[in-house]
Amino acid sequence: MTSSSKKINFDPVRLLLVDDEKDFVNILSKRIKRRNIEVTKAFSGAEAIQALRGQEFDVAVLDLKMEDMDGIEVLKMLKIMDPRLAVIMLTGHGSAEAAEQGIKLGAFDYLTKPCELEELLEKIMEAYAHRKQVE
Amino acid sequence: MLRKYWQNADFSKRDGTNMTNMNQSTDHYFRSLNRNIILIIIIVSVIPLILVSSTIYYQFRVSYHEKVYDHLRELVHSHTQNIDFFLQEKLSDIRFLTDSCGRDLLEDELFLQERLAALQKDFGPDFVDLGVINADGEQIAYAGPFKLAKADYADAEWFRRAIQSEYYISDVFLGLRGLPHFIIAVRNSREDGYWILRSTIDFATFTTLVENIRLGQTGFAVILNNQGQLQTTQITRPSIDIIASKTIYTEFLANPSVPPSEVRITVKSDSSQHENIYVAAFLKNGDWLLVYQQRLVDAFADLNRAFIRTTALMVFGVLGIIIMAVTLSKTIVRRVAKADSEKQMMRKKVVEAGKLASVGELAAGIAHEINNPVAIMVEEAGWMGDLMEEVTFDESENQAEFERAIEQIQTQGKRCKEITYKLLSFARKTDTTVQDVNINELLEELVALSSQRAKYSMVEIRTDFQENLPSLRVSTSELQQVFFNLINNAIDAMDHDGGTLTISSHQSENNLVIAVSDTGKGIPEANLDRIFDPFFTTKPVGKGTGLGLSICYGIIEKMGGKLEVESTVGTGTTFLTSIPFQGDAGRQH
Repeated sequence: MTSSSKKINFDPVRLLLVDDEKDFVNILSKRIKRRNIEVTKAFSGAEAIQALRGQEFDVAVLDLKMEDMDGIEVLKMLKIMDPRLAVIMLTGHGSAEAAEQGIKLGAFDYLTKPCELEELLEKIMEAYAHRKQVE
Repeated sequence: MLRKYWQNADFSKRDGTNMTNMNQSTDHYFRSLNRNIILIIIIVSVIPLILVSSTIYYQFRVSYHEKVYDHLRELVHSHTQNIDFFLQEKLSDIRFLTDSCGRDLLEDELFLQERLAALQKDFGPDFVDLGVINADGEQIAYAGPFKLAKADYADAEWFRRAIQSEYYISDVFLGLRGLPHFIIAVRNSREDGYWILRSTIDFATFTTLVENIRLGQTGFAVILNNQGQLQTTQITRPSIDIIASKTIYTEFLANPSVPPSEVRITVKSDSSQHENIYVAAFLKNGDWLLVYQQRLVDAFADLNRAFIRTTALMVFGVLGIIIMAVTLSKTIVRRVAKADSEKQMMRKKVVEAGKLASVGELAAGIAHEINNPVAIMVEEAGWMGDLMEEVTFDESENQAEFERAIEQIQTQGKRCKEITYKLLSFARKTDTTVQDVNINELLEELVALSSQRAKYSMVEIRTDFQENLPSLRVSTSELQQVFFNLINNAIDAMDHDGGTLTISSHQSENNLVIAVSDTGKGIPEANLDRIFDPFFTTKPVGKGTGLGLSICYGIIEKMGGKLEVESTVGTGTTFLTSIPFQGDAGRQH
């Protein structure tokens, strides 16, 4: 795992992590940062939009179930602001419909929550590679 | 009534005692329903039958009575006329003889005998003898079979009456000859005073006039004089008590009717307590009374016979109605009971489904809530693991222990995730994509998957698949989940002891029926009712969630099928799944 993270060391992935569960975002960002990914935390949909205004991101990990805004709405906004942004959705188990809707709206893929860190990292890398390919 | 019963029954409580109470009340309800139907059918059919029949019978009886009375009245009336005519005829014969011949001629016994012979020749043996009697009562001349010449009738009752009127017909009496007879006497006069020509009328001939009146078994007639003495012989019929009836005759005599010819009818019981019809009419100008009598039972024998026949018919009819009512009601009640139990089953299913749905929602809520904290815990443990890579512990033992603890946290976190995963799939199914599924292939895959576990538990798996089954149009993963659960449960049931797991599939009408049978320890009856309930488990704490079967139930229910269980303790358990295939899915592979 560690070796694969070090491969992309020279060009760190810029990741936006959006979830209203602060503790989850905090610990997840710590772990991801350790793997040489540049992580920006957003604790709500509004914060995510604000963050995107100030900076460009390669990949966004977006929880679909948040208190202030519907994840789908946030996804729409993010895609409008940066159509090239690869969005990985985190969904509750059994919300396959919402995930499908998200993919139709341009999201890259989805993962059911809770997910293994390795799984998430792989997905992030996939998304990043995809974005680079598109460019 | 049914609705009330449904409202009363409490289906949410399904413990054993409640079930027995319910069965008892159901039994009681169906018994009373059965009874009511029988009663209603019988009442509705029998009452009109009885009313109509008895009305008809009553009307018929009245008119039949009238007819019989009319007939008897006519009979008696015509006979009184006959007898009167008979007497008148005899009288006029004698009068003719008196007027035409005169006393001088008639005093000649030879002439008299000649006349008698002539009369007997013309009228038969009605005239027995002839006699000429002078005003003093001496018989001057006599012709006839008895030696009665010179007889003195001065003291005889009939002579005293006869000498006072132009003609006289006596009552029946024994007289000098000592035999019952009666006399017709005609008075005439000569210069030396009255004389009388009398003739004796044959009693036997006269009696036959009355004996002719015979009807039925007990009908007969007699003639009485106004003292109530019999004027005719009584037909010997052992069953009839004539002497006791005399009081009844005298009652007629005591109350003479206003027109003497009027026929009177009464019904009275005699001394032997038999009811008799008495028909009476006066004749011979009120001197004699003709009484016809007959047992009432005999007079209406035809009516009684008809009554017995009709009653018998009616009894058979009523019996038929009762038998019909009982069988009909039995059929109806059986059908109602069947419909009832079907309804009960339906309701049970609805309750089950409702329970599953509500528990499912609750579970989904809890699962979502738990997911985040668990995810954080797992990530924190992961973070600790990350940090451990950098830190070097002095004592290597402690480091290993830390690593083990972190791993344990992650393992338990994964277990939590599995539980929430099951809870959520119970509420909302993951892969709901419907596709054609070949059930036999699916089962084969699962058998292959389970074979290793089965070997461990010393379980032999047998399969019995019907070939060329139609495909099902359902979600593969859901169906896999169901049978994976059932197969796992079956292996669990035979754990340690070993046994045989039989999986069979066949087509039954529009359903595919898949049976998963084990030869394990079986499920006690008390648990059988609850095995599809969410969170019900007999496994030790931590080993089972109690969700497997309720999820299976929910899935099969959603597919429009049925999941049923049959179990005998000590013999084994069979889970029967039947899933309908419809429309396109029904085509053969």
